[in-house]
Amino acid sequence: MSRPAATHPVLDPTLAPPFPQAVLPVLRNPQLRKNVAHAIDVIQAKRASLVAEKTDWQELRSAASAIRTHALENLGTYLEQFETRCTAAGGTVHWAADAAQARQIILDLLRQEKASEVIKIKTMTSAEIQLNPFLEANGVHAFETDLAEIILQLGEGEPSHIVVPALHVNRSQVREIFARTMGLKDLSDDPKVLTNAARTYLRKKFLTIPTAISGANFLIAETGGVVVVESEGNGRMCLTLPQTMITLAGIEKVLPRFQDLEVMLQLLARSATGERMNPYTSIWTGVTPGDGPQKFHVVLLDNGRSSILARSKHRQTLKCIRCAACMNTCPVYRQTGGHAYGSVYPGPIGAILTPQLMQMHHAQSLPYASSLCGACYEVCPVKINIPEVLLELRAEVIDQERKQPGRALDPMYWGLRIANVLFSRAWIFHTAQWFGRIGLGLFTRKDGWIHSLPSVGGKWTQTRDLRGLPNQTFHSWWASRGPQSNGVELIGGTK
Amino acid sequence: MRASLFITCYNDTLYPETGRAVVRLLERLGVELDFHPKQTCCGQMHANTGFRCEAFSQAKRFVRLYQDTETVVIPSSSCVAMIRDQYPALIEELGNEELGHQFATLLPRIFELSEFLIDRLGVEDVGAYFPHRVTYHASCHGLRGIHLGDRPFRLLAKVRGLDQAPLPNLDRCCGFGGTFSVKNAEVSSAMLAVKLQDVVSTGAEYCTALDNSCLMHLGGAMHRQYAGMKTIHMAQILASTEEFPAEATL
Repeated sequence: MSRPAATHPVLDPTLAPPFPQAVLPVLRNPQLRKNVAHAIDVIQAKRASLVAEKTDWQELRSAASAIRTHALENLGTYLEQFETRCTAAGGTVHWAADAAQARQIILDLLRQEKASEVIKIKTMTSAEIQLNPFLEANGVHAFETDLAEIILQLGEGEPSHIVVPALHVNRSQVREIFARTMGLKDLSDDPKVLTNAARTYLRKKFLTIPTAISGANFLIAETGGVVVVESEGNGRMCLTLPQTMITLAGIEKVLPRFQDLEVMLQLLARSATGERMNPYTSIWTGVTPGDGPQKFHVVLLDNGRSSILARSKHRQTLKCIRCAACMNTCPVYRQTGGHAYGSVYPGPIGAILTPQLMQMHHAQSLPYASSLCGACYEVCPVKINIPEVLLELRAEVIDQERKQPGRALDPMYWGLRIANVLFSRAWIFHTAQWFGRIGLGLFTRKDGWIHSLPSVGGKWTQTRDLRGLPNQTFHSWWASRGPQSNGVELIGGTK
Repeated sequence: MRASLFITCYNDTLYPETGRAVVRLLERLGVELDFHPKQTCCGQMHANTGFRCEAFSQAKRFVRLYQDTETVVIPSSSCVAMIRDQYPALIEELGNEELGHQFATLLPRIFELSEFLIDRLGVEDVGAYFPHRVTYHASCHGLRGIHLGDRPFRLLAKVRGLDQAPLPNLDRCCGFGGTFSVKNAEVSSAMLAVKLQDVVSTGAEYCTALDNSCLMHLGGAMHRQYAGMKTIHMAQILASTEEFPAEATL
């Protein structure tokens, strides 16, 4: 039985290998690719049928896009409003400029509670700041309570998707992890049995650990409320049973008004899991005496977000509501799964978000991890034009390369610089075509096709042939055909 | 009706038969066609790889070259998408007001081939004859970039003898993506393998498209794998008649 954590992926953009290298172990793992393709095909089909039943889907997208854009353009105002309302309701708001600050704030809060253990509802933001290893190193063990996160934590795996983090793991692999880590030798792979094993494991945690950490899907400026949507109810347990609750949220998560949820929740559930409504929507505002956590903290995380916010074309990245529709529809993600992106945020949104969060100092290969097919933009419920941002980021990567003399040795780089000269004058282009025909002719076999090329060309011919260059270009044919000809006799093949 | 053919750099070099087919087809339909000898490239490869200044210089060249042209026809949906989607931002960022104005007046006169036939000439039946089973691959730029919709299917439906074989997962990318195909060759190949399975499953003799770049990708794999199928640009199908049948060229 193969363990999902056999090749341990690195989800730290500062350490992860470039995407083209990171994909190699995945592409050689047929079980993982099958798991990923099957899972996202199922979600995609459910999403498509539920989107189709909404006659106002495009209007909803437009409304959501407008709400998110407005919130981001007035983010300072709405964050301050959120802080005021949340504080008035008995919560405490903390501001964290970066990951290190956020980790320290959370650790200090846990130390005040003398906590050595904490339960967590799934939060990708905590993975972004690598909270769990930090807490562990400081004597606090964090127990994940989302079913998929439990699978990954017990199996020592990493999330590969932002909504379905264990999407790359199949049922028999889950059985193996649970049997091994929970000491349940006779466990079957019946989903009911597996769920019950997780439930038994979880109940003990819920009833004994009085401190919890959550993420947030939305922050409501108008009320100071925090919203979490989930499917299992484990989040609801986490949000209601503990005495102390710490919520970690990116500053971009704010919505101006409570009623904005009407639009967002319709889009989010359909886009994320292909459901009309997610099973559990928890909204809590500060502290209610005698009901739920009596101490409530919100840690608002910047960690590179305000630098994204400052740039008009890039700002749309922060509209994201983390539904994962982009990765579910992405033909690249379908082949690679999430780990190759070297970040807790994979897929098309990760390809634009991660390098920006890293201020373009890391993850420069991610903007190129796309064929620019545009499927992500088409499904995005808040209309993030991901291809447009990918192109912006690619231009920034090339501008970095221009300043690095060593990179000019990259054949792709100088190939494109030279190509620009070729395209600048027709006669230079035509001369290059002539030389190209001579050069490629050396590699063209008797069947008229090129089967193998050196250098960058070899990247093409490793799986694809290339037809040899025809003897006559179109423009020279045009120039040679008589004014009376209608081209008829020359339409056929090139032989 | 007068029109000027922008053949595109890779069709000029690699697929001249597509250009000849466009000439034959449009002249048969009574279009007075001309060809600007100074044309080279629209700049798509540079723009999509991040070479923005270079892409702009080609965009500027294209706009200057065609500013006085009545109508431009381009048998490549991705190049049309480049002009429509990326030129505005490039010109706004790096160009001047004059160029912006020239582009704005040129833009509505630029047509992809199937758009030109249906929207401009108003024909669906171009008098073609192609007695083969054919599956249509909707290139991403044609589908989501310039929204060709059902135009390709309407044109193919009127070709005598042609048997359309619907392609499963029509909206899924073939994995070409320009320089993506070599920068991320392994992922690109994995995507291609999946697409090729769908294409072969149709049992068609030919896979056609309005973009030779996808067809170069698919055709390259078909040839490598002895797939028993060929690719052909739709212009060549539409140009084909009983008297002058189009040969398969890949």
